[in-house]
Amino acid sequence: MDATLSTLPIGQAARVKAYDQCNATDQRLMVMGLIPGVEVRKIRVAPLGDPIAVEFDGRCVSLRRTEANSVRLESA
Amino acid sequence: MADSTALSKDSPAQVALVGNPNIGKTTLFNLLTGLRQRVGNYPGVTVSKKVGVLPLPKGTAELIDLPGTYSLAATSLDERIVVDVLSGQVHGLPKPNLVVCMIDATNVVRNLFLASQIAELEIPMIVLLNQWDLAQKQGLQIDIDSLEQRLGVPVIPCVATKKASATAVVDAIDKTLVSPKQLKPIDWPEAVTEATCTLRADMPEGVSESLSDAEIHRLLFDANSALAERLDWDDETRRASVEKARRIVQSGGFNPMAAEPLLQYEHLNTLTESVVNRAGELPKQHSESIDRLLVHRGWGLAIFAAIMYVVFLSVYTGAGPMMDLIEWGKGSLQDWIAPMLSSTPMLQSLVVDAAIEGVGAFLVFLPQILVLFFFIALLEDTGYMARAAFLMDKMFSWCGLNGRSFVPLLSSYACAVPGIMATRTIEDPKARLATILIAPLMSCSARLPVYVLLIGAFIEPEHGPFVASLTLFAMHFLGLAVALPLVWLFNKFLLKTRPQPFVLEMPRYHVPKFTDIAWRMWESGVEFVKRAGTVIFAITIIIWALLYFPHSSAVEEVTTQQFIAVQGLTLEQIQADEDQAAALGQAIDSAYLEQSWMGRMGRTVQPIFASAGFDWRITVGVLASFPAREVIISTLGVIYSLGGEVDEESHSLQDALKGATWHEGPLIGQAVFTIPVVMGIMVFFALCSQCGATLAIIKKEAGTSWAVFSFAYMTALAWLGAVLCFQIGNLLG
Repeated sequence: MDATLSTLPIGQAARVKAYDQCNATDQRLMVMGLIPGVEVRKIRVAPLGDPIAVEFDGRCVSLRRTEANSVRLESA
Repeated sequence: MADSTALSKDSPAQVALVGNPNIGKTTLFNLLTGLRQRVGNYPGVTVSKKVGVLPLPKGTAELIDLPGTYSLAATSLDERIVVDVLSGQVHGLPKPNLVVCMIDATNVVRNLFLASQIAELEIPMIVLLNQWDLAQKQGLQIDIDSLEQRLGVPVIPCVATKKASATAVVDAIDKTLVSPKQLKPIDWPEAVTEATCTLRADMPEGVSESLSDAEIHRLLFDANSALAERLDWDDETRRASVEKARRIVQSGGFNPMAAEPLLQYEHLNTLTESVVNRAGELPKQHSESIDRLLVHRGWGLAIFAAIMYVVFLSVYTGAGPMMDLIEWGKGSLQDWIAPMLSSTPMLQSLVVDAAIEGVGAFLVFLPQILVLFFFIALLEDTGYMARAAFLMDKMFSWCGLNGRSFVPLLSSYACAVPGIMATRTIEDPKARLATILIAPLMSCSARLPVYVLLIGAFIEPEHGPFVASLTLFAMHFLGLAVALPLVWLFNKFLLKTRPQPFVLEMPRYHVPKFTDIAWRMWESGVEFVKRAGTVIFAITIIIWALLYFPHSSAVEEVTTQQFIAVQGLTLEQIQADEDQAAALGQAIDSAYLEQSWMGRMGRTVQPIFASAGFDWRITVGVLASFPAREVIISTLGVIYSLGGEVDEESHSLQDALKGATWHEGPLIGQAVFTIPVVMGIMVFFALCSQCGATLAIIKKEAGTSWAVFSFAYMTALAWLGAVLCFQIGNLLG
C-alpha cells in the first residue's frame, strides 16, 4: 500500500505519484496543478477532523479525506 | 473583416473577461465599467450575467464578466456558461471578439492552463498579469517581452485595484480589437489528434459542424462533461464513441483521463521556461500566518461562531434605524393618502391596507438584506468565506452536501430569497436543488416578530428572561435541526444525489475594495425591490380581496345594533366619546373579517388545525400569512379588534391574546393560548412555507414542480410539528 495524501502527517511534504481513478474530482485537482511529480505539503486538518488543507505551487487547497485517499504519494 | 464591423456603433465589440476564481476579475470589471454595468440572467439558466459598457478611445465595447473557473471542464452551471459563451453557443450572444484572460502573476504556469484551453477556441486574446505588485514583492522576475513573444498575444502587467492599470488594459483591448492576435495552442500528440478526428466523425449529422476541437476535447477528456447535455446526441452511442476515442489516446501511451493536464502543463512549463524566474526562496505567505490563527484546530470554530454572532447581531440591530425609517415612511404615506380616498372606502382600503401596507411590510426587510449582503461580500472578498466552508464541511458531508451549502443556508437565516440565489455556486445540480429545498426551513427574519410576540406574551412573564431567550434560540435552531436529516432523506431517496466532493482553493486574504462590496449590496437590493413591485404586490392584492369581500353593509348595521344594545348608549353618545367610537370601529372591522371569504375559509379549515389546538381565529391568521408570514401580526390585530396598526411588542395585542377564550365547542370559556398551543404556533411558523417571494424564487431557480413540492412538504411538516407540540404538551400537562 502506497502512502496517500490522506495519511500524510501534518506539516510533511511528499511528491504526487499517481491517482487511483482519475474521476472528475481527481481531474479537478490535476487541473489546479496537483499532477504527478509535484511536491505537496499537508498544512492542516479542520477542527472536526475533515477536510484537510494542502499546499502545492503556492496554492492552498482544501479537500476531503476520501478525495485525498486517491492521491498516491512517494517521498519527496 | 468582421472586426471593422464589430467596432461600429450599432454592434459594439464583445469582450469577455475570464480567469480563475478569486483572482480580482470583478474588481477590474467594476473599475472598467463603473456605473455602466447591469446584471441579468443568461437565457434559460439562472447564472447571473454581468455586462458593462467599456468606453474605448473610439466608440465602446461590451464587457462580459464570466464566472471564475480553472478550466473549460465544466461541472457547475457557472462553469458551463463560460464554455458556452466563449464558443458562441448562448442564444442572442455572439461569440466574443476578444477574450481578456486574467492570470495571477504569482502563479503564471497554473493560471495559463485556462488560457491555453481557450486558445483552441480560436478567439483573439490578451493576457493580464494581475497582482503584479505582489509578484515583485515575492521576488518574481517575469520577462514580459519574451512571454509576449512566446504566447503570441499582448501581456499586460496590472494591479486590478489601480486606475493606471485600467488605462493600460483599455489601451490593449483597443489595439487588439483592431489587430487581433491569438494565443498559440498546444501541439497535441498524434494519438489525441486522431482521437479527436474519430470522435468528430462518429457524431450525428448537424452536431459535428457546430463544435470546435476545444469542445470535442471536453467530451474526450472530462470524466463527466456538462457539455454533453447541450448536444443532440443520445447518451448510449455518445458513450460508446467517447470510449472508442479514449482507447485511441490510450494506445498512444497516455492515460486518457489524465492526458490533458499532464500534456498541457508539460507544454506550459516548456513555454515559460526561463521567462519566469524567482530570486531566492518563496517568502512566507502571510495568509498562512492568518490561517494559523483563524482556522486553528482548537479555537477556529469559536472564532467562526463569534464572527457569525457579529453578523447576526448586525443584521438584527444594525438594520433597525433604517427599518424604523421605512415603517415611518409607510405610515406617513398611508396617513397622507387615506383622507384623499375617504369618499371611496373600497379604493381606500385597497390602496392603504393592501398596496402600501403589503409592499411596505416587505420592503421593511430591505435594510436587513443590505446588511447581510454587506457581510457576505466582506467575508467573500477578504477570503474568509472559503475558510468557513472548510470549517463547516464536516457538518454537511454526512447528509450528502458539502461546505458550499453553508453560505446559502446562512444567508437564509436573514431571508431565504437571497439564500436561494446564493446556491448558484453549488456545482452539482442535485446538491443545489437539495439546498434550495431546505433553505426556507432556516429561521428567517420574518419569523422573528411571531416569536417575539408569543414569547413576550406567554413565556417571559411566566418563566423569566432566561427561558425566554432559550426558547428564542431553540426556535432559530429548530429549522436547521430538522433540515439536515431531511436533506439526507431527500438526497438518498428522492434526488439520489451522488456524494458531493469538496475541493476548494483557499484564496489569499486581502483587504476588500469598498466599491466592490457596494456593488454587491446594490445588486441584491435591486433584485429584492423588483420583487416587491411584482410578485409581492400581486399576492398582497389577492389576500386583501379575500379579507375584504363580500363586505356586505348589513354586517356594519348588525354589529352597531349589538354594540348599542351591549353598551346601553345611543349612537350619538358613542360617536361623541372617542374611546367608544374607536371600540365600535374595531368591532365592525372584526365582524367584517369574520364574514369575509377568508374568515369563512378559516372556519371551514379550522377542523384540520383542531388537533393542534388552533381556533378559527388562529386559523385565519395562519391562512392569511401564507403569502408572507409576518402578516400574522396585523391579521391577529384585526381579529382581536385592535385595528391593523399593531406590532409584535404591542401590549394590547399581547393582553388580547392572553384574554382570548373559546366561544364554542367543548373547551368553551377556557383560554385559547395555552403553552402547548403557543409552542405549536411557533413550531408551525418555524417550519411552514409561508412566503410568496420564496416560492417565486424557487419556481424561477428550480421550476414549478419543485416550488409546489417545497410548499407541500413544508406545510405538512409544519402541521405535524404543531400537532405533536400540542398533543405532547397536553400529555405532559
